[in-house]
Amino acid sequence: MEKILLKDIDRPNLNDIGIYIDGGGYKALEKALKMNPQKVIEEVKNSRLVGRGGAAFPTGLKWEFTRKEKNEPKFLICNADEGEPGTFKDRVLLKNNPHLLIESMIIGGYTIGANKGFIYIRGEYFEEIKRLNEAIEQARTEGYLGENILNSNFSFDLEVYCGAGAYVCGEETTLFESLEGKRGCSRERPPFPTQSGYMNKPTAINNVETLCNLPAIINNGAEWYSKIGSPNSPGTKLFCISGQINRPGVYELPMGITLRELIENYGGGAKGEFKAALPGGVSSNLLTDLDVKLDYKSVADAGSMLGSGAVIVINSEMSIVDVARNCLEFFTHESCGQCTPCREGTRRANEILGRFVEGKGRTEDIDFLLELGEVMYDASRCGLGQAAMNAATSAVNLFRDEFTQQVKNKEG
Amino acid sequence: MVTLTINGEQVTVSEGTTIMEAAKKAYINISHLCYLEELEPYGACRVCVVEVEGENRLIPSCIREVREGMVVYTHSLRVRRARRMIIELLLANHPADCFTCERNQICELLKLAYELGVEEVKFDGEKPSFGLDETSPSIIRDPNKCILCGRCIRVCHDVQTVRVIGFVNRGSETVVATVLDNGLGNVECTNCGQCIHACPVGAIKEKSCVDEVWASLADPEKHVVVQEAPAIRAALGEEFGLPEGTLVAGKMHSALKRLGFDAVFDTNFTADLTIMEEGSELVKKIKEGGVLPLITSCSPGWIKFMEHFYPDLMDNVSTCKSPQQMFGPLAKTYYAEKAGVDAAKIVSVSVMPCTAKKFEALRPEMRDSGYQDVDYVLTTRELARMIKEAGIDFAGLPDEMAEPLMGMYTGAGTIFGATGGVMEAALRTAYKLVTGKELEDIDIKPVRGMDGVKAATVNVNGLEVKVAVAHGLGNARKLLDEVRAGTSPYHFIEIMTCPGGCVGGGGQPISFDMALRGTRGGVLYNEDKALPYRKSHENPSVKKIYEDYLEKPLGKKSHHLLHTKYTKRERI
Repeated sequence: MEKILLKDIDRPNLNDIGIYIDGGGYKALEKALKMNPQKVIEEVKNSRLVGRGGAAFPTGLKWEFTRKEKNEPKFLICNADEGEPGTFKDRVLLKNNPHLLIESMIIGGYTIGANKGFIYIRGEYFEEIKRLNEAIEQARTEGYLGENILNSNFSFDLEVYCGAGAYVCGEETTLFESLEGKRGCSRERPPFPTQSGYMNKPTAINNVETLCNLPAIINNGAEWYSKIGSPNSPGTKLFCISGQINRPGVYELPMGITLRELIENYGGGAKGEFKAALPGGVSSNLLTDLDVKLDYKSVADAGSMLGSGAVIVINSEMSIVDVARNCLEFFTHESCGQCTPCREGTRRANEILGRFVEGKGRTEDIDFLLELGEVMYDASRCGLGQAAMNAATSAVNLFRDEFTQQVKNKEG
Repeated sequence: MVTLTINGEQVTVSEGTTIMEAAKKAYINISHLCYLEELEPYGACRVCVVEVEGENRLIPSCIREVREGMVVYTHSLRVRRARRMIIELLLANHPADCFTCERNQICELLKLAYELGVEEVKFDGEKPSFGLDETSPSIIRDPNKCILCGRCIRVCHDVQTVRVIGFVNRGSETVVATVLDNGLGNVECTNCGQCIHACPVGAIKEKSCVDEVWASLADPEKHVVVQEAPAIRAALGEEFGLPEGTLVAGKMHSALKRLGFDAVFDTNFTADLTIMEEGSELVKKIKEGGVLPLITSCSPGWIKFMEHFYPDLMDNVSTCKSPQQMFGPLAKTYYAEKAGVDAAKIVSVSVMPCTAKKFEALRPEMRDSGYQDVDYVLTTRELARMIKEAGIDFAGLPDEMAEPLMGMYTGAGTIFGATGGVMEAALRTAYKLVTGKELEDIDIKPVRGMDGVKAATVNVNGLEVKVAVAHGLGNARKLLDEVRAGTSPYHFIEIMTCPGGCVGGGGQPISFDMALRGTRGGVLYNEDKALPYRKSHENPSVKKIYEDYLEKPLGKKSHHLLHTKYTKRERI
């Protein structure tokens, strides 16, 4: 099976620019700089690449929107604030192939008309931060970053900005606030980032994995790329498998592989008996059907979301009530606290689930959790609150018995 | 223009209008909590959500702008369910002490819970147990009641530009706090109390001294005197169901007598006195080439703001004490002498539209009588509660006068309570001081009204005197930055801490409605017009106090009792 993102990942010292160039690195940049930016956008659109951070928005379209904005300056931001439980895919790229990201970002900057890019990285990624900064310095020395890159008249520079430990800062509008030095709270949308993002300027914000597809698309063409993976969503995906699985880790596989294939052929099978999986991390709905194809559309059709591809496997020994509670503990801790449904809803749901965990649940709370989940989806400001109840409500819908068993016995 | 459909009704509004504003055209007032008309929309409480066709989720109507063809439902089942649950979520850990809460009867959260049909709170949240912030002599914050709507923060940051409170911590641990949790008394807080008006619940209130005043009134050994600021008479009636814009000067004096004060005076008298002193100071500075522009000093929030943020402009600020603090030492010297009362037995109470006055009364400089000059400062709200507690039928009271000795006042004194009023009053007298003639048209309209910064030019004996007025500290900065940069064209600047001037002070009946503040200001301008004397220098009691006691403006005694100095304060 052909790899795009992790193709060279095992080459020693790939984070050294010389090794990266020897393997064909920065060739895509050279090619892109000779293309009209609009042509690059066409190529990306035709590749049908969509965002790998979770929202699956078409990358080419996002870049086109940003390029078309009249307001200057524009910014390109790489969202490397990978922090959801079960998500550790971007880290592999950041650590082992930083130049792939840097090259991608220069292409992106050229395409949208930005001269400045930021990599907003999770603060705990110490080694990755160090390597990125070293790689950026190398790229500057070699003339890939800075003024008049490769005599193209295009100038671009990059800055690494470290997050301070809040998961919510991975939400794009919250990330802008944080990058501007403000409190990590989301903004209302619209306006969308492509109109008004960092410093209220047009901003394209892309996930690490999304960006790292760019060199291959430029080098090999959109047609080549669009034939890889699923017709629904072309390309490969980095899947992070964790939970009750024999071989947890990051696997690059074509979009559209089934959950069963991923678990059995790559993850070494579930530990114990498979019960359910969270296909897109703790913000996704539980899936029980192993034959669901892992591409954005198919997972959505099955009632969940692929998100960033963090597949968390749950076996039959685990209480689904515990799983739901665990997810809500996370969101309660990570809510920014700005909007009422999320700030208050997460902690109340956490308390209600806590009662079920302790065998003190109330019958009426089972349906009440579903209602709370609907209101939080309906009324929360950002994705965090909107998705916080997905795991819990799907747990109720798929495994209601387990909740009923945890209802407090009236005689007890 | 944009046309949209709200609950089936077509509405046409200008581009950039929010759904909430547009809904008013369809006769719908959408419920809201974190939204406050005068502030930037925040969109965080989510009470104002509505259903918009084509949108997956509900949309906050306070912040989302309309677009052509939008189809909106403002009270569908889905919307109402969300609103109810949001209120339930807010109530889950809200202290249920409505009986004893400051905002009993006027709490926005309580009102919404009723209006939105919340009959049961299906969550059991633990009640918070934060300590109160009682570090300030003016304002108490109770984080337990806070619902995190951010209105106080937006006022403090965006309107007043003081920026001493903000959100701290994350998620359900979020609280509104001062830097390093120092408390309002230990940061640059100006004590303006605009946060109190912004708060929809009882999380911020004045530090009350109602009980201390009751105790003094009950003490036969004490001789309790009272003064009331100009702005009180323009707003106190609101607390008793009188129409907005009702002048209640006479009922106010009448009520105070009935509460048992031994002598009821009026701060308007010392407002006139302030004009004599400040007008003379202005004339002296212009004639002798002193530091200009001269900036007014009546507003204690502005004074503390200056001491923290613009200490370099200290020499521009008038040395005149505020009318409250001119009254204080005179009550315990001049009045004590005249009435033959032992100054040690006098308890001097003031009724102010202001929370910063509580701080001002405690300043160490304010003891020129040999005692603390003003003992207790009541806000308009505190006075209203005392009147209610005493069962006084305020609306039915006859009009009575304050004692003339320190209670007679002119129209110039009364307009102190509205933005621009001090300026107008000062010009009426300064003209006379310079030219020896009376100003013909004493209505100086360009300095009236609710514009944030106002300017005017008055020809005084051939000199074009340029004046400017700012109210609200954010507006004040605009004028102050010019002074600091040396580009200010003005001779005289009036600064009031609160939007609208004292009629919008932090101690007034709860409201952040700027139109109401304008109405209250209008009350004072109307009173001015109707009074027999309209210039401070015409006030017979003012003439008398100079003849009998003070001698002359800026004289030795005036200097001792009526002027003060300022202190540079650190930034935290």
